[in-house]
Amino acid sequence: MNGIHDMGGMHGFGPVEPEPNEPVFHSRWESRVLGLTRACGVQGIFNIDESRHAIERMAPGDYLASSYYERWLDRNVRLLVEKGVITREELERRMADLAAGRDPAPAHTDPDLQARMVRTLTERPHFRQPGPPPRFNAGDHIVTRHDAPVGHTRLPRYARGKHGVIARSHGSYIFPDTNAHDGGHQAHPLYSVRFHAAELWGASAESWAPVHIDLWERYLEAAPPER
Amino acid sequence: MSHHHREPESILSLRVRALESLLVEKRLVASEAVDRIVSAYEEDIGPHNGAKVVARAWVDPAYKQRLLADGTEAIEELGFGGVDLRVVENTPGVHNLVVCTLCSCYPHALIGLPPTWYKSFEYRSRAVREPRVVLREFGVELPENTEIRIWDSSAELRYLVLPERPAGTEQLSETELADLVTRDSMIGVAVVRPPRAEVGAASRRGAGAE
Repeated sequence: MNGIHDMGGMHGFGPVEPEPNEPVFHSRWESRVLGLTRACGVQGIFNIDESRHAIERMAPGDYLASSYYERWLDRNVRLLVEKGVITREELERRMADLAAGRDPAPAHTDPDLQARMVRTLTERPHFRQPGPPPRFNAGDHIVTRHDAPVGHTRLPRYARGKHGVIARSHGSYIFPDTNAHDGGHQAHPLYSVRFHAAELWGASAESWAPVHIDLWERYLEAAPPER
Repeated sequence: MSHHHREPESILSLRVRALESLLVEKRLVASEAVDRIVSAYEEDIGPHNGAKVVARAWVDPAYKQRLLADGTEAIEELGFGGVDLRVVENTPGVHNLVVCTLCSCYPHALIGLPPTWYKSFEYRSRAVREPRVVLREFGVELPENTEIRIWDSSAELRYLVLPERPAGTEQLSETELADLVTRDSMIGVAVVRPPRAEVGAASRRGAGAE
């Protein structure tokens, strides 16, 4: 989708301002949002691609006005409501309960969930999966598709319809464009593709600043090598 | 955190507590499992883990080769994991810079959660288009003919920069070398500085200012 999240190359945002001695979390609620998100993932309530796409579906003005963990919270509520796990009314009622000092949730422990969550910190992710053999080899010239799909995609807007060269084949990875939409988690070949800065940004490009993007074969067409 | 306790609770905080309470009630979440993950990020996982990987690569050329060929496998040798990792090496004439323009992908299982600036609109929008200007904001001035390779983390691979080992560190142990490696140097917005006594030597090499 042509979303506000797709920010590569945008103008107008100003200097990058690092915060000295930044804490891991700025408040407790941020850390709870992170942990709840991980739990939802481990419980199979939503996958990573649905999760990213839910953030992309925020209204652009809200996206820009929200902090990182505010966007995560919005995403969690949005997906849990869409998937029928909670309702917005239920959430409002629970906020009122808690504000009045009542927490009706009975105590619950789940050592198995905890163990599974801890395992995600060290075990290999499962995104790399057997898939069809790659069509391209390192050194092949490609052009990316020029399309504006309404759904989720990981081909950034700044790299649509651009010529590049395959730098490396990564094997096959679950294809986000379908995995975000109940379209299945089939794997497709993934490549590191190198683009010259001038191909992406034209005359205003900095020199000697190529961009490598990880792109699925489904985004790519073979191109003649003259560029 | 603690200085917030006397202030009225924010709507955000209340909303998050309510969400957790609902998920606990539905037996989808256990609060101590959330506690455990949070403490892992607050106490165990951080740049010091990535620094160990970098230092090992500096002292062990065979390990460096394995790390560059397959980062995922090579970090498992040191007991790390949780991430499909690609390591890219800085060399004289090549400097690598990592960004995620579409969200904020970052090798957090190895080096902890990303700083806010990495997730900022400023960094995400500009690192791909004007990396030299962005690097200058971080105090890194690279020679004109140094190639800056930008890695936009658009898939489920995470990128880690293997910074250049500073000159004058031949006598340092692997542990001492790891102490020099910063988070920012593994993202590519800093170079690794030699220990203080060597600062003069580094600036003569044009390694950039603080």
